[in-house]
Amino acid sequence: MTTALSIRDLRKVYDNGFEALKGVSFDVQPGDFMALLGPNGAGKSTTLGIVSSLVNKSSGTVTVFGHDLDSDPMKVKTCLGVVPQEFNFNMFEKVEHILITQAGYYGIGAKDARQRAEFYLRKLGLWEKRDVTARMLSGGMKRRLMIARALMHEPRLLILDEPTAGVDIELRRSMWAFLQELNDAGTTIILTTHYLEEAESLCRNIAIIDHGNIVHNTSTRELLAQLNTETFLLDIQPGLSQLPALSGYTVRLENEHLLEVEVEKGQGLNDLFAQLQQQQISVSSMRNKANRLEELFVSLVEKNLAEKESA
Amino acid sequence: MKPQQLWVAFWTILYREVRRFTRIWAQTLLPPVITITLYYIIFGNLIGSRIGEMGGFGYMEYIVPGLIMMSVITNSYSNVVSSFYSSKFQHNVEELLVSPVPNWIILWGYVFGGVARGLIVGVMVTLLSLFFTDLQVHHLGITVLVVILTAMLFALGGFLNAIFAQSFDDVSIVPTFVLTPLTYLGGVFYSINLLPEFWQNVSLLNPILYMVNTFRYGILGVSDINIGFALTAVVVFIGLLTSWALHLLKTGKGLRS
Repeated sequence: MTTALSIRDLRKVYDNGFEALKGVSFDVQPGDFMALLGPNGAGKSTTLGIVSSLVNKSSGTVTVFGHDLDSDPMKVKTCLGVVPQEFNFNMFEKVEHILITQAGYYGIGAKDARQRAEFYLRKLGLWEKRDVTARMLSGGMKRRLMIARALMHEPRLLILDEPTAGVDIELRRSMWAFLQELNDAGTTIILTTHYLEEAESLCRNIAIIDHGNIVHNTSTRELLAQLNTETFLLDIQPGLSQLPALSGYTVRLENEHLLEVEVEKGQGLNDLFAQLQQQQISVSSMRNKANRLEELFVSLVEKNLAEKESA
Repeated sequence: MKPQQLWVAFWTILYREVRRFTRIWAQTLLPPVITITLYYIIFGNLIGSRIGEMGGFGYMEYIVPGLIMMSVITNSYSNVVSSFYSSKFQHNVEELLVSPVPNWIILWGYVFGGVARGLIVGVMVTLLSLFFTDLQVHHLGITVLVVILTAMLFALGGFLNAIFAQSFDDVSIVPTFVLTPLTYLGGVFYSINLLPEFWQNVSLLNPILYMVNTFRYGILGVSDINIGFALTAVVVFIGLLTSWALHLLKTGKGLRS
Protein backbone atom coordinates (compact mmCIF):
# COMPACT_ATOMS: atom_id res chain seq x y z
CA MET A 1 0.00 0.00 0.00
CA THR A 2 1.29 3.50 -0.81
CA THR A 3 2.35 5.40 2.29
CA ALA A 4 0.32 8.49 3.09
CA LEU A 5 3.48 10.48 3.80
CA SER A 6 7.07 9.48 3.31
CA ILE A 7 9.87 11.80 4.34
CA ARG A 8 13.49 10.92 3.63
CA ASP A 9 16.62 12.70 4.84
CA LEU A 10 14.85 16.05 5.04
CA ARG A 11 17.18 18.93 5.76
CA LYS A 12 16.54 22.62 6.19
CA VAL A 13 19.06 25.36 6.74
CA TYR A 14 17.51 28.83 7.06
CA ASP A 15 19.11 31.90 5.50
CA ASN A 16 20.54 32.90 8.89
CA GLY A 17 22.45 29.59 8.99
CA PHE A 18 20.20 27.88 11.53
CA GLU A 19 19.96 24.17 10.76
CA ALA A 20 16.35 23.35 11.63
CA LEU A 21 16.24 19.83 10.21
CA LYS A 22 19.26 17.53 10.09
CA GLY A 23 18.04 14.58 8.07
CA VAL A 24 14.50 13.78 9.20
CA SER A 25 13.00 10.52 7.90
CA PHE A 26 9.69 8.89 8.78
CA ASP A 27 6.62 7.33 7.20
CA VAL A 28 2.95 7.72 7.93
CA GLN A 29 0.63 4.95 6.82
CA PRO A 30 -2.80 5.61 5.30
CA GLY A 31 -5.48 5.87 7.96
CA ASP A 32 -2.94 6.57 10.69
CA PHE A 33 -3.39 9.17 13.40
CA MET A 34 0.11 10.32 14.21
CA ALA A 35 1.55 12.87 16.60
CA LEU A 36 4.74 14.73 15.90
CA LEU A 37 6.02 15.90 19.26
CA GLY A 38 8.99 17.96 20.29
CA PRO A 39 10.03 20.95 22.35
CA ASN A 40 9.76 24.47 20.92
CA GLY A 41 12.19 24.97 18.04
CA ALA A 42 12.70 21.22 17.56
CA GLY A 43 11.67 21.30 13.88
CA LYS A 44 8.02 20.22 13.98
CA SER A 45 6.59 23.25 12.20
CA THR A 46 9.47 23.34 9.72
CA THR A 47 8.81 19.71 8.79
CA LEU A 48 5.10 20.29 8.33
CA GLY A 49 5.80 23.62 6.59
CA ILE A 50 7.91 21.83 3.98
CA VAL A 51 5.24 19.17 3.43
CA SER A 52 2.66 21.98 3.05
CA SER A 53 4.82 23.92 0.54
CA LEU A 54 5.12 26.89 2.90
CA VAL A 55 8.82 26.33 3.57
CA ASN A 56 11.47 25.53 0.96
CA LYS A 57 13.52 22.47 1.88
CA SER A 58 17.31 22.43 1.55
CA SER A 59 17.43 18.74 0.57
CA GLY A 60 15.63 15.44 0.97
CA THR A 61 12.43 14.02 -0.46
CA VAL A 62 8.77 14.22 0.47
CA THR A 63 6.10 12.04 -1.11
CA VAL A 64 2.39 12.18 -0.32
CA PHE A 65 0.33 9.17 -1.41
CA GLY A 66 3.06 8.36 -3.92
CA HIS A 67 3.28 11.88 -5.38
CA ASP A 68 6.69 13.54 -5.15
CA LEU A 69 6.70 17.10 -3.83
CA ASP A 70 9.39 18.19 -6.31
CA SER A 71 8.06 16.63 -9.49
CA ASP A 72 4.31 16.70 -8.79
CA PRO A 73 3.59 19.44 -6.25
CA MET A 74 0.02 20.05 -7.47
CA LYS A 75 -1.02 16.43 -6.77
CA VAL A 76 0.63 16.63 -3.35
CA LYS A 77 -1.29 19.82 -2.55
CA THR A 78 -4.57 18.28 -3.68
CA CYS A 79 -4.09 15.45 -1.16
CA LEU A 80 -3.26 17.78 1.74
CA GLY A 81 -5.36 19.80 4.15
CA VAL A 82 -3.39 22.15 6.38
CA VAL A 83 -4.36 23.72 9.70
CA PRO A 84 -1.48 26.00 10.67
CA GLN A 85 -0.51 27.12 14.14
CA GLU A 86 -1.29 30.82 13.59
CA PHE A 87 -4.60 32.20 12.36
CA ASN A 88 -3.98 32.83 8.69
CA PHE A 89 -7.34 33.74 7.19
CA ASN A 90 -8.47 37.18 6.13
CA MET A 91 -9.87 38.64 9.34
CA PHE A 92 -12.13 40.99 7.38
CA GLU A 93 -13.87 38.27 5.37
CA LYS A 94 -17.10 36.62 6.41
CA VAL A 95 -16.82 33.08 7.74
CA GLU A 96 -18.75 31.46 4.89
CA HIS A 97 -16.82 33.43 2.26
CA ILE A 98 -13.53 32.16 3.67
CA LEU A 99 -14.64 28.58 3.15
CA ILE A 100 -16.15 29.10 -0.30
CA THR A 101 -13.04 30.98 -1.44
CA GLN A 102 -10.79 28.19 -0.19
CA ALA A 103 -12.88 25.62 -2.08
CA GLY A 104 -12.52 27.75 -5.21
CA TYR A 105 -8.73 27.47 -5.00
CA TYR A 106 -9.20 23.72 -5.41
CA GLY A 107 -11.47 24.21 -8.43
CA ILE A 108 -14.69 23.46 -6.53
CA GLY A 109 -17.61 25.43 -7.96
CA ALA A 110 -19.72 27.80 -5.87
CA LYS A 111 -22.75 25.49 -5.56
CA ASP A 112 -20.77 22.52 -4.22
CA ALA A 113 -18.65 24.85 -2.10
CA ARG A 114 -21.74 26.31 -0.43
CA GLN A 115 -23.05 22.84 0.41
CA ARG A 116 -19.70 21.76 1.85
CA ALA A 117 -19.37 25.00 3.77
CA GLU A 118 -22.79 24.46 5.36
CA PHE A 119 -21.89 20.86 6.24
CA TYR A 120 -18.61 21.72 7.96
CA LEU A 121 -19.90 24.89 9.60
CA ARG A 122 -22.78 22.94 11.13
CA LYS A 123 -20.46 20.08 12.08
CA LEU A 124 -18.09 22.45 13.87
CA GLY A 125 -20.78 24.59 15.46
CA LEU A 126 -20.14 27.69 13.37
CA TRP A 127 -23.24 27.80 11.17
CA GLU A 128 -24.82 30.59 13.19
CA LYS A 129 -21.66 32.64 12.65
CA ARG A 130 -21.51 32.20 8.87
CA ASP A 131 -22.22 35.89 8.13
CA VAL A 132 -19.90 37.22 10.82
CA THR A 133 -16.49 38.63 9.87
CA ALA A 134 -13.74 36.30 11.03
CA ARG A 135 -12.15 38.81 13.40
CA MET A 136 -15.32 38.81 15.50
CA LEU A 137 -14.97 35.11 16.33
CA SER A 138 -13.58 33.84 19.62
CA GLY A 139 -10.20 32.05 19.65
CA GLY A 140 -11.85 28.62 19.73
CA MET A 141 -14.15 29.50 16.86
CA LYS A 142 -11.20 30.70 14.80
CA ARG A 143 -9.46 27.36 15.39
CA ARG A 144 -12.58 25.50 14.25
CA LEU A 145 -12.86 27.75 11.21
CA MET A 146 -9.32 26.80 10.20
CA ILE A 147 -10.21 23.11 10.51
CA ALA A 148 -13.36 23.59 8.42
CA ARG A 149 -11.34 25.47 5.80
CA ALA A 150 -8.75 22.69 5.59
CA LEU A 151 -11.51 20.13 5.00
CA MET A 152 -13.34 21.94 2.18
CA HIS A 153 -11.60 19.91 -0.54
CA GLU A 154 -11.85 16.68 1.49
CA PRO A 155 -8.13 15.97 1.78
CA ARG A 156 -6.76 12.46 2.29
CA LEU A 157 -4.06 13.72 4.64
CA LEU A 158 -4.84 16.37 7.24
CA ILE A 159 -1.98 18.21 8.93
CA LEU A 160 -2.75 20.06 12.14
CA ASP A 161 -0.12 22.21 13.80
CA GLU A 162 -1.22 22.65 17.41
CA PRO A 163 -4.93 22.69 16.57
CA THR A 164 -6.15 23.06 20.14
CA ALA A 165 -3.68 25.67 21.41
CA GLY A 166 -5.53 28.14 23.61
CA VAL A 167 -8.81 26.22 23.41
CA ASP A 168 -10.75 25.47 26.60
CA ILE A 169 -11.04 21.87 27.82
CA GLU A 170 -14.65 21.32 26.78
CA LEU A 171 -14.07 22.58 23.28
CA ARG A 172 -10.79 20.70 23.02
CA ARG A 173 -12.58 17.46 23.79
CA SER A 174 -15.28 18.14 21.20
CA MET A 175 -12.53 18.84 18.64
CA TRP A 176 -10.86 15.56 19.58
CA ALA A 177 -14.12 13.74 18.97
CA PHE A 178 -14.46 15.41 15.57
CA LEU A 179 -10.88 14.55 14.58
CA GLN A 180 -11.41 10.97 15.74
CA GLU A 181 -14.53 10.80 13.60
CA LEU A 182 -12.58 12.07 10.58
CA ASN A 183 -9.85 9.53 11.17
CA ASP A 184 -12.40 6.72 11.53
CA ALA A 185 -13.82 7.78 8.17
CA GLY A 186 -10.39 7.21 6.59
CA THR A 187 -8.59 10.57 6.74
CA THR A 188 -4.95 10.23 7.70
CA ILE A 189 -4.08 12.78 10.36
CA ILE A 190 -0.78 14.19 11.59
CA LEU A 191 -0.80 16.63 14.45
CA THR A 192 1.69 18.48 16.55
CA THR A 193 0.67 19.40 20.04
CA HIS A 194 2.02 20.51 23.37
CA TYR A 195 -0.87 18.77 25.14
CA LEU A 196 0.60 15.32 25.48
CA GLU A 197 -2.70 14.08 26.83
CA GLU A 198 -4.04 14.92 23.37
CA ALA A 199 -1.44 12.78 21.65
CA GLU A 200 -2.00 9.93 24.10
CA SER A 201 -5.78 10.02 23.65
CA LEU A 202 -5.89 10.40 19.89
CA CYS A 203 -2.78 9.08 18.22
CA ARG A 204 -1.81 5.54 17.36
CA ASN A 205 1.77 6.48 16.54
CA ILE A 206 4.12 9.10 17.89
CA ALA A 207 7.32 10.54 16.48
CA ILE A 208 9.45 12.73 18.72
CA ILE A 209 11.65 15.31 17.07
CA ASP A 210 14.39 17.19 18.87
CA HIS A 211 17.12 19.50 17.55
CA GLY A 212 16.13 18.63 13.98
CA ASN A 213 16.34 14.85 14.42
CA ILE A 214 13.72 12.19 14.97
CA VAL A 215 14.71 10.72 18.34
CA HIS A 216 11.82 8.30 18.65
CA ASN A 217 9.24 6.93 16.25
CA THR A 218 6.95 4.17 17.44
CA SER A 219 3.39 3.33 18.42
CA THR A 220 1.86 5.13 21.37
CA ARG A 221 1.36 1.79 23.12
CA GLU A 222 5.04 0.81 22.75
CA LEU A 223 6.16 4.24 23.82
CA LEU A 224 4.10 4.13 26.99
CA ALA A 225 5.36 0.61 27.70
CA GLN A 226 8.80 2.15 28.17
CA LEU A 227 7.64 3.88 31.31
CA ASN A 228 9.34 2.20 34.29
CA THR A 229 7.39 3.91 37.00
CA GLU A 230 4.06 5.61 37.32
CA THR A 231 3.10 8.01 40.10
CA PHE A 232 -0.38 8.02 41.59
CA LEU A 233 -2.04 10.48 43.93
CA LEU A 234 -4.42 8.93 46.46
CA ASP A 235 -7.00 10.90 48.44
CA ILE A 236 -7.12 9.12 51.78
CA GLN A 237 -9.28 8.93 54.89
CA PRO A 238 -8.65 9.48 57.75
CA GLY A 239 -5.99 12.18 57.59
CA LEU A 240 -2.47 11.07 58.50
CA SER A 241 0.17 12.95 60.42
CA GLN A 242 3.00 10.60 59.50
CA LEU A 243 3.95 8.46 56.54
CA PRO A 244 2.35 4.99 56.53
CA ALA A 245 4.69 2.01 56.09
CA LEU A 246 3.95 0.49 52.67
CA SER A 247 6.55 -2.12 51.86
CA GLY A 248 7.65 -2.31 48.23
CA TYR A 249 6.40 1.17 47.35
CA THR A 250 8.02 4.59 47.46
CA VAL A 251 5.54 6.88 49.18
CA ARG A 252 5.35 10.51 50.18
CA LEU A 253 2.73 12.41 52.12
CA GLU A 254 1.78 15.53 50.17
CA ASN A 255 -0.60 16.62 52.92
CA GLU A 256 -2.56 14.75 55.58
CA HIS A 257 -5.19 13.60 53.06
CA LEU A 258 -3.01 13.15 49.97
CA LEU A 259 -0.60 10.28 49.50
CA GLU A 260 1.84 10.07 46.57
CA VAL A 261 2.80 6.52 45.57
CA GLU A 262 5.38 5.48 42.98
CA VAL A 263 4.47 2.15 41.35
CA GLU A 264 7.06 0.27 39.34
CA LYS A 265 6.30 -1.38 36.03
CA GLY A 266 4.61 -4.76 36.58
CA GLN A 267 4.18 -4.17 40.28
CA GLY A 268 0.40 -3.82 40.31
CA LEU A 269 -1.83 -2.01 42.77
CA ASN A 270 -3.59 -4.86 44.59
CA ASP A 271 -0.85 -5.22 47.18
CA LEU A 272 -0.86 -1.47 47.78
CA PHE A 273 -4.60 -1.43 48.48
CA ALA A 274 -4.29 -4.52 50.71
CA GLN A 275 -1.61 -2.83 52.83
CA LEU A 276 -3.67 0.36 53.07
CA GLN A 277 -6.72 -1.63 54.12
CA GLN A 278 -4.70 -3.45 56.80
CA GLN A 279 -3.78 -0.06 58.24
CA GLN A 280 -7.45 1.00 58.02
CA ILE A 281 -6.71 3.72 55.50
CA SER A 282 -9.42 4.10 52.88
CA VAL A 283 -8.89 5.59 49.43
CA SER A 284 -11.67 7.89 48.28
CA SER A 285 -10.15 8.67 44.85
CA MET A 286 -7.00 8.10 42.81
CA ARG A 287 -5.37 9.79 39.80
CA ASN A 288 -2.11 9.94 37.86
CA LYS A 289 0.22 12.62 39.19
CA ALA A 290 1.37 13.66 35.72
CA ASN A 291 0.42 12.69 32.23
CA ARG A 292 2.26 9.45 31.52
CA LEU A 293 3.37 10.54 28.11
CA GLU A 294 4.60 13.81 29.48
CA GLU A 295 6.96 12.02 31.86
CA LEU A 296 8.28 9.87 29.05
CA PHE A 297 8.59 12.79 26.66
CA VAL A 298 10.63 14.79 29.16
CA SER A 299 12.88 11.82 29.86
CA LEU A 300 13.48 11.14 26.16
CA VAL A 301 14.25 14.75 25.35
CA GLU A 302 16.54 15.05 28.38
CA LYS A 303 18.28 11.81 27.39
CA ASN A 304 18.81 13.16 23.88
CA LEU A 305 20.24 16.38 25.29
CA ALA A 306 22.57 14.48 27.66
CA GLU A 307 23.83 12.31 24.78
CA LYS A 308 24.52 15.40 22.71
CA GLU A 309 26.43 17.09 25.54
CA SER A 310 28.55 14.01 26.25
CA ALA A 311 29.34 13.45 22.54
CA MET B 1 -6.06 20.85 -12.31
CA LYS B 2 -8.47 20.57 -15.23
CA PRO B 3 -9.24 23.68 -17.34
CA GLN B 4 -12.65 24.04 -15.68
CA GLN B 5 -10.99 23.93 -12.23
CA LEU B 6 -8.37 26.46 -13.31
CA TRP B 7 -11.14 28.76 -14.44
CA VAL B 8 -12.91 28.37 -11.07
CA ALA B 9 -9.66 29.13 -9.24
CA PHE B 10 -8.98 32.22 -11.40
CA TRP B 11 -12.54 33.45 -10.99
CA THR B 12 -12.35 32.87 -7.22
CA ILE B 13 -9.28 35.10 -6.87
CA LEU B 14 -10.71 37.76 -9.18
CA TYR B 15 -14.10 37.75 -7.43
CA ARG B 16 -12.41 37.95 -4.03
CA GLU B 17 -10.36 40.94 -5.22
CA VAL B 18 -13.40 42.74 -6.61
CA ARG B 19 -15.32 42.01 -3.41
CA ARG B 20 -12.42 43.45 -1.40
CA PHE B 21 -12.23 46.80 -3.18
CA THR B 22 -15.99 47.22 -3.44
CA ARG B 23 -16.39 46.40 0.28
CA ILE B 24 -14.03 49.24 1.14
CA TRP B 25 -15.31 51.54 -1.64
CA ALA B 26 -14.88 54.63 0.51
CA GLN B 27 -11.12 53.97 0.51
CA THR B 28 -10.79 52.65 -3.03
CA LEU B 29 -13.39 54.04 -5.43
CA LEU B 30 -14.48 57.34 -3.91
CA PRO B 31 -11.12 59.14 -3.38
CA PRO B 32 -10.00 59.07 -7.04
CA VAL B 33 -13.40 60.39 -8.12
CA ILE B 34 -13.14 63.31 -5.69
CA THR B 35 -9.51 64.03 -6.61
CA ILE B 36 -10.19 64.00 -10.34
CA THR B 37 -13.29 66.17 -9.89
CA LEU B 38 -11.06 68.75 -8.21
CA TYR B 39 -8.59 68.52 -11.11
CA TYR B 40 -11.44 69.06 -13.59
CA ILE B 41 -12.72 72.07 -11.67
CA ILE B 42 -9.40 73.73 -10.81
CA PHE B 43 -7.08 72.86 -13.67
CA GLY B 44 -9.70 72.29 -16.34
CA ASN B 45 -12.22 75.01 -15.69
CA LEU B 46 -10.65 77.73 -13.55
CA ILE B 47 -7.01 77.72 -14.72
CA GLY B 48 -7.59 75.94 -18.04
CA SER B 49 -9.89 78.66 -19.36
CA ARG B 50 -6.96 81.14 -19.09
CA ILE B 51 -4.43 78.75 -20.66
CA GLY B 52 -6.26 78.49 -23.95
CA GLU B 53 -5.50 75.74 -26.46
CA MET B 54 -3.13 72.79 -26.11
CA GLY B 55 -2.35 70.56 -29.10
CA GLY B 56 -5.23 72.12 -30.99
CA PHE B 57 -7.80 71.41 -28.26
CA GLY B 58 -9.24 73.30 -25.33
CA TYR B 59 -7.14 72.71 -22.18
CA MET B 60 -9.96 70.88 -20.41
CA GLU B 61 -10.40 68.57 -23.40
CA TYR B 62 -6.64 68.02 -23.55
CA ILE B 63 -6.14 66.98 -19.94
CA VAL B 64 -9.17 64.69 -19.63
CA PRO B 65 -7.48 61.64 -21.28
CA GLY B 66 -4.38 62.14 -19.14
CA LEU B 67 -6.41 62.37 -15.95
CA ILE B 68 -8.40 59.26 -16.84
CA MET B 69 -5.17 57.39 -17.51
CA MET B 70 -3.64 58.69 -14.27
CA SER B 71 -6.59 57.24 -12.33
CA VAL B 72 -6.30 53.90 -14.10
CA ILE B 73 -2.55 53.69 -13.43
CA THR B 74 -2.66 54.57 -9.75
CA ASN B 75 -5.70 52.42 -8.97
CA SER B 76 -4.60 49.28 -10.79
CA TYR B 77 -1.19 49.55 -9.11
CA SER B 78 -2.38 50.34 -5.62
CA ASN B 79 -5.09 47.67 -5.65
CA VAL B 80 -2.64 44.85 -6.25
CA VAL B 81 0.16 46.15 -4.06
CA SER B 82 -2.11 46.70 -1.07
CA SER B 83 -4.14 43.53 -1.50
CA PHE B 84 -1.21 41.17 -2.05
CA TYR B 85 0.92 42.76 0.65
CA SER B 86 -1.99 42.55 3.11
CA SER B 87 -2.34 38.86 2.24
CA LYS B 88 1.34 38.42 3.02
CA PHE B 89 1.07 40.46 6.21
CA GLN B 90 -1.97 38.54 7.49
CA HIS B 91 -0.48 35.27 6.19
CA ASN B 92 -3.67 34.45 4.31
CA VAL B 93 -1.59 34.20 1.14
CA GLU B 94 -0.77 30.77 2.63
CA GLU B 95 -4.30 29.71 1.67
CA LEU B 96 -3.16 30.00 -1.93
CA LEU B 97 0.33 28.61 -1.42
CA VAL B 98 -0.92 25.34 0.08
CA SER B 99 -3.55 24.94 -2.65
CA PRO B 100 -2.91 23.47 -6.11
CA VAL B 101 -3.52 26.82 -7.88
CA PRO B 102 -0.69 27.32 -10.41
CA ASN B 103 1.42 30.44 -10.01
CA TRP B 104 0.21 31.94 -13.28
CA ILE B 105 -3.39 31.75 -12.08
CA ILE B 106 -2.44 33.42 -8.78
CA LEU B 107 -0.64 36.17 -10.71
CA TRP B 108 -3.40 36.79 -13.25
CA GLY B 109 -6.11 36.60 -10.59
CA TYR B 110 -4.47 39.47 -8.71
CA VAL B 111 -3.55 41.37 -11.88
CA PHE B 112 -7.09 41.25 -13.26
CA GLY B 113 -8.38 42.33 -9.85
CA GLY B 114 -6.19 45.42 -10.26
CA VAL B 115 -7.33 45.86 -13.87
CA ALA B 116 -10.96 45.66 -12.71
CA ARG B 117 -10.46 48.46 -10.17
CA GLY B 118 -8.47 50.53 -12.64
CA LEU B 119 -11.20 50.19 -15.27
CA ILE B 120 -14.08 50.85 -12.87
CA VAL B 121 -12.39 54.04 -11.63
CA GLY B 122 -11.51 54.92 -15.23
CA VAL B 123 -15.14 54.60 -16.32
CA MET B 124 -16.34 56.65 -13.32
CA VAL B 125 -13.82 59.39 -14.06
CA THR B 126 -14.76 59.33 -17.76
CA LEU B 127 -18.46 59.69 -16.96
CA LEU B 128 -17.61 62.53 -14.62
CA SER B 129 -15.67 64.32 -17.36
CA LEU B 130 -18.86 64.51 -19.43
CA PHE B 131 -20.10 67.16 -17.00
CA PHE B 132 -17.13 69.34 -17.97
CA THR B 133 -16.48 68.65 -21.65
CA ASP B 134 -17.77 66.89 -24.76
CA LEU B 135 -15.79 63.69 -25.11
CA GLN B 136 -15.41 62.33 -28.66
CA VAL B 137 -13.62 59.04 -29.08
CA HIS B 138 -11.34 59.23 -32.12
CA HIS B 139 -10.29 55.56 -32.14
CA LEU B 140 -12.26 53.25 -29.83
CA GLY B 141 -10.08 50.17 -30.42
CA ILE B 142 -6.82 51.90 -29.44
CA THR B 143 -8.51 53.62 -26.49
CA VAL B 144 -9.79 50.36 -25.01
CA LEU B 145 -6.62 48.40 -25.85
CA VAL B 146 -4.20 50.87 -24.31
CA VAL B 147 -6.24 51.36 -21.15
CA ILE B 148 -6.44 47.59 -20.54
CA LEU B 149 -2.75 47.02 -21.33
CA THR B 150 -1.71 49.92 -19.11
CA ALA B 151 -3.85 48.66 -16.24
CA MET B 152 -2.28 45.21 -16.65
CA LEU B 153 1.24 46.62 -16.70
CA PHE B 154 0.77 48.65 -13.52
CA ALA B 155 -1.11 45.86 -11.77
CA LEU B 156 1.94 43.68 -12.50
CA GLY B 157 4.15 46.43 -11.08
CA GLY B 158 2.02 46.47 -7.93
CA PHE B 159 2.35 42.71 -7.62
CA LEU B 160 6.15 42.88 -7.84
CA ASN B 161 6.22 45.72 -5.32
CA ALA B 162 4.15 43.61 -2.92
CA ILE B 163 6.46 40.61 -3.30
CA PHE B 164 9.52 42.67 -2.34
CA ALA B 165 7.75 44.76 0.32
CA GLN B 166 8.61 43.92 3.91
CA SER B 167 6.57 46.66 5.55
CA PHE B 168 3.68 48.98 4.76
CA ASP B 169 6.28 51.72 4.17
CA ASP B 170 7.68 49.70 1.27
CA VAL B 171 4.19 49.55 -0.22
CA SER B 172 3.94 53.34 -0.44
CA ILE B 173 7.52 54.14 -1.51
CA VAL B 174 7.12 53.31 -5.21
CA PRO B 175 3.73 55.05 -5.68
CA THR B 176 4.93 58.16 -3.85
CA PHE B 177 8.47 58.55 -5.14
CA VAL B 178 8.29 56.90 -8.56
CA LEU B 179 4.76 56.58 -9.88
CA THR B 180 3.38 60.00 -8.94
CA PRO B 181 6.32 62.05 -10.33
CA LEU B 182 6.43 59.99 -13.53
CA THR B 183 2.66 60.41 -13.98
CA TYR B 184 2.73 64.18 -13.43
CA LEU B 185 5.71 64.50 -15.76
CA GLY B 186 4.22 62.05 -18.27
CA GLY B 187 2.30 64.57 -20.33
CA VAL B 188 -0.94 64.49 -18.36
CA PHE B 189 -1.14 68.28 -18.11
CA TYR B 190 0.96 69.40 -21.05
CA SER B 191 2.35 68.47 -24.43
CA ILE B 192 6.09 67.77 -24.33
CA ASN B 193 6.37 69.98 -27.42
CA LEU B 194 6.17 72.90 -24.98
CA LEU B 195 9.43 71.82 -23.35
CA PRO B 196 12.98 72.72 -24.42
CA GLU B 197 14.55 70.03 -26.60
CA PHE B 198 16.68 68.61 -23.74
CA TRP B 199 13.65 68.08 -21.48
CA GLN B 200 11.65 66.71 -24.40
CA ASN B 201 14.32 64.02 -24.80
CA VAL B 202 14.38 63.36 -21.06
CA SER B 203 10.57 63.04 -21.11
CA LEU B 204 10.85 60.38 -23.80
CA LEU B 205 12.51 58.14 -21.18
CA ASN B 206 9.32 58.25 -19.11
CA PRO B 207 7.22 55.14 -19.92
CA ILE B 208 4.01 56.76 -18.66
CA LEU B 209 4.32 59.42 -21.37
CA TYR B 210 3.78 56.73 -23.99
CA MET B 211 0.65 55.34 -22.36
CA VAL B 212 -0.90 58.74 -21.69
CA ASN B 213 -0.23 59.85 -25.25
CA THR B 214 -1.52 56.64 -26.80
CA PHE B 215 -4.72 57.00 -24.80
CA ARG B 216 -4.96 60.65 -25.77
CA TYR B 217 -4.54 59.63 -29.39
CA GLY B 218 -7.40 57.14 -29.00
CA ILE B 219 -9.68 59.91 -27.74
CA LEU B 220 -8.47 63.11 -29.41
CA GLY B 221 -6.41 61.78 -32.30
CA VAL B 222 -3.26 63.71 -31.26
CA SER B 223 -0.06 62.36 -29.78
CA ASP B 224 3.53 63.41 -29.03
CA ILE B 225 4.85 59.91 -29.73
CA ASN B 226 4.62 56.96 -32.15
CA ILE B 227 1.54 54.88 -31.24
CA GLY B 228 2.80 51.59 -32.70
CA PHE B 229 6.05 51.87 -30.76
CA ALA B 230 4.18 52.71 -27.55
CA LEU B 231 1.81 49.74 -27.80
CA THR B 232 4.67 47.36 -28.63
CA ALA B 233 6.70 48.64 -25.68
CA VAL B 234 3.79 48.14 -23.28
CA VAL B 235 3.26 44.57 -24.50
CA VAL B 236 6.99 43.80 -24.19
CA PHE B 237 7.08 45.18 -20.64
CA ILE B 238 4.00 43.16 -19.70
CA GLY B 239 5.85 40.06 -20.92
CA LEU B 240 9.00 40.95 -18.98
CA LEU B 241 7.21 41.75 -15.72
CA THR B 242 5.07 38.61 -16.02
CA SER B 243 8.17 36.44 -16.41
CA TRP B 244 9.83 38.14 -13.46
CA ALA B 245 6.76 37.77 -11.23
CA LEU B 246 6.36 34.09 -12.13
CA HIS B 247 10.04 33.46 -11.40
CA LEU B 248 9.67 35.09 -7.98
CA LEU B 249 6.53 33.08 -7.21
CA LYS B 250 8.35 29.87 -8.17
CA THR B 251 11.30 30.59 -5.90
CA GLY B 252 8.98 31.78 -3.14
CA LYS B 253 10.68 35.18 -2.79
CA GLY B 254 9.07 37.00 0.14
CA LEU B 255 6.52 34.21 0.51
CA ARG B 256 8.28 31.03 1.61
CA SER B 257 11.10 30.82 4.13
